[in-house]
Amino acid sequence: MEILMSFLIGIIFMSATYLMLSKSLLRIIVGTGLLSHGVHLLLLTMGGLKKGAAPLLGQHAEAYTDPLPQALILTAIVIAFGITALFLVVAYRTYQELGSDNMELMRGKEGNE
Amino acid sequence: MSLLHLAIISPLILAIFIPFVHKTFPKIHTGWFLLPLPVLLFAYFLSFLSTTINGQTTMETLAWIPTLGINFTVRLDGLGLLFAMLITGIGALVVLYSIYYLSKEKEKLNQFYVYLLLFMGAMLGVVLSDNLIVLYAFWELTSFSSFLLIGYWNHRERSRYGAQKSMLITVFGGLSMLGGIILLYLMTGTFSISEAIVLADVIVNHELFTAALLCFLLGAFTKSAQFPFHIWLPDAMEAPTPVSAYLHSATMVKAGIYLVARLTPIFALSGLWIWLVAGIGILTLFWGSFNAVKHTDLKGILAYSTISQLGLIMSLLGLGAASLHYSTIDAGFYTVAVSAAVFHLLNHATFKGSLFMMVGIVDHETGTRDIRNLGGLMTIMPITFTIAIIGAFSMAGLPPFNGFLSKEMFFTGMLRAQEIGFFNMGTLGILFPIIAWVASVFTFIYSMIIVFKTFTGKFQPEKLKVKPHEAPLGLLISPVILVSLVVIIGLFPNLVAPLINTVMASILPGMEFDVHIYHWHGFNTELFMTIGVILAGILLYKFMPKWTGVYTRMPERFSFNSAYDNGLAAIQKGANRFTNAYMTNSIRTYLIYIFAFFIFTLGTTLIVKNAFTLDTSNVASIHAFEVVLVVIIAVGSISILFAKSRMTTIILLGAVGYSVSLFYAIFRAPDLALTQLVIETVSVALFLLVFYHLPKVSRHEETRQFKMGNAIISVGVGVVVTMIALSAHSGKAFDSISQYYIENTYKKAAGENMVNVILVDFRGFDTLFEIAVLAIAALGIFSLIKLRLTRGKEQ
Repeated sequence: MEILMSFLIGIIFMSATYLMLSKSLLRIIVGTGLLSHGVHLLLLTMGGLKKGAAPLLGQHAEAYTDPLPQALILTAIVIAFGITALFLVVAYRTYQELGSDNMELMRGKEGNE
Repeated sequence: MSLLHLAIISPLILAIFIPFVHKTFPKIHTGWFLLPLPVLLFAYFLSFLSTTINGQTTMETLAWIPTLGINFTVRLDGLGLLFAMLITGIGALVVLYSIYYLSKEKEKLNQFYVYLLLFMGAMLGVVLSDNLIVLYAFWELTSFSSFLLIGYWNHRERSRYGAQKSMLITVFGGLSMLGGIILLYLMTGTFSISEAIVLADVIVNHELFTAALLCFLLGAFTKSAQFPFHIWLPDAMEAPTPVSAYLHSATMVKAGIYLVARLTPIFALSGLWIWLVAGIGILTLFWGSFNAVKHTDLKGILAYSTISQLGLIMSLLGLGAASLHYSTIDAGFYTVAVSAAVFHLLNHATFKGSLFMMVGIVDHETGTRDIRNLGGLMTIMPITFTIAIIGAFSMAGLPPFNGFLSKEMFFTGMLRAQEIGFFNMGTLGILFPIIAWVASVFTFIYSMIIVFKTFTGKFQPEKLKVKPHEAPLGLLISPVILVSLVVIIGLFPNLVAPLINTVMASILPGMEFDVHIYHWHGFNTELFMTIGVILAGILLYKFMPKWTGVYTRMPERFSFNSAYDNGLAAIQKGANRFTNAYMTNSIRTYLIYIFAFFIFTLGTTLIVKNAFTLDTSNVASIHAFEVVLVVIIAVGSISILFAKSRMTTIILLGAVGYSVSLFYAIFRAPDLALTQLVIETVSVALFLLVFYHLPKVSRHEETRQFKMGNAIISVGVGVVVTMIALSAHSGKAFDSISQYYIENTYKKAAGENMVNVILVDFRGFDTLFEIAVLAIAALGIFSLIKLRLTRGKEQ
């Protein structure tokens, strides 16, 4: 399962990278969202999959899955959400102010001439 | 802190007070407040003369950074004393001269004297420091204060250009000297020059020896305007004339000479040193004297003449170093070159200083320095003319002045070059006297130009800006003192012989000297060479218009100056072009750099370190519905790329997010699944909000072009991530620490949900700052929407 997951994560990273390299600001944000999914899955996979019951002591199981990666991912999900939300509002304001979502048009002023 | 330390620092201390003095006493020329200091310092150093001549070396140490072996150690031996006396003596004369030269109404005198004092202190520090790091610090301070002095008239473009050029070149040399100092420290373990000299035998066989030698020589050659680094000196002539007289003839440009002389006992055991110092020196001598003839600006001639005379001293030091190789056999045979170098160093400071001051007077009284506009000033300015004739004849090497004596000794030294029986000197050594002779002819010619084109010939008052008259007494005092020295040393050279002996003892330690300078040494080769120089010089001077065309044949394009200018411009242009080439201001380009770097470094590390492993022994089993889920996510994320409309994109992202939460459910992570579901819903809602507000102009759904470059990079990132994930999972080194959490979640933290207990108990700090992140994001969003500063201004 871990090997299969590794390939899946690779595919997610690939798609995310391609999206981030595109011109449209919205697609870039979609890319980052996809990238964070890939990262979260990678964290989970690297912690080992299906080694026991869910990490709840009430289950009285012999073995439990590793709770630490889950705690890390939970933190990461929340942070990624906060950033995505901020990023989206920045994009929304950009649309409002500049009237475009094309990154190629959003260049800084020429610096070195 | 001894009195010697105080002597070095006193100019720097006085520099602090100069602006206040200048402000408090605006009626009195600030230079008068300065004048006593160099006079006192000169007297102070003079008091060391008798003890130093008796072979005593004064050493004083002041701890600075003792743990690093950096201490302000002052060492006063013959060489240091000679330089200290030159610096303070000529310093006093230059200050006196500048009082009459610079107008107290028109010039910013406070700045001028602060810079001059900085320079004086720095120069004293250079010649008296025994610690190389301290020497380097003072060395850079001389470059810095010289920069300030050259650019003193900073409203002039040429001044700024000259200051920048000299700064770039001398600092380049200074930094390579710092490299040499560090290399020497690596070889010897000490920054002290006197301790390094003892270890000279060890150093010469060390692998870092050549590198250190080249670094030091680069520093010395740039400072002393040796070929091809001489180009800054003529442009430094934009400085006020007292500065040119002081820095660019008598003191700073001799710092390189000082360094070479000081390090001779350390490095001269190698043939490379002898060859480089003597070879570059003789080349500089020739090139400087050859180029001096073509100039029409008096200061330009003197600048090239300084370059050439510095080359002369340098080549003598190089050849004289050969005597270190013969400790027993007639040691005095080669040491004559060193004694000539020291003698000429002293002579050059006297006659060049007076010549610069003479040019300053001519400039001051006629308003021009161009020899094409000058002429016939002999009867108008008789004293200045006398100064010029003595200085220039001494420079040309005519009897009975001191230049004649040192030139004779110079020829002797050069003639003995071919006797040096090693480093191929036997065959190539014959070149030294020949080049020296030719250079002396040119020296003779430009010396004559200085005197006769300025003071004889037709008087052209219509070309002069002011009506010329003899200079005031104050301006004449300093050059008269210097030319009297020229005459006195010329007539009674043995007055300075003991000093020369002492200086030589510092350059060539462990040897005994008895220099005795004769006016008449019989009909020997040197005398005939001098007669030849005079005859050829007179002939060439007479027929100058016939052959000066040779200078126009040398295209300006290939000169060292244009090489420097074009090189500097090319560096700036190249850097500009380079920056503009990779800084495209497009986020896509920068992301490509980042991703490509990611692929390259991690990919090559995987390959080079042979790190890729695949171990299937520790993997979980696969169920059919898991495969279905994997396929859903894979297809979902890939099809986002091909989605034509933005709506599809967002829905597909949501589908992937919900599938991921299903994965969390399968992999026994209920809290994650819950959070992911909620957050994905909110995120999709936000995406839709943004989508709704897209501007109408770009609302039209443009087709997504396929880009090969992007595709390659994306596939690369995916492959590298997969490979790293596989290797990381396969090569698991040790067990997780989670057993502790599983055991103690209830026992110590009174909870049953392990993930929650970790989040708020075991690792509660993470959660605290994660809350902070959310708070900041919320505030950020709020202010982004509410704050409309620019729009408010526009409306």
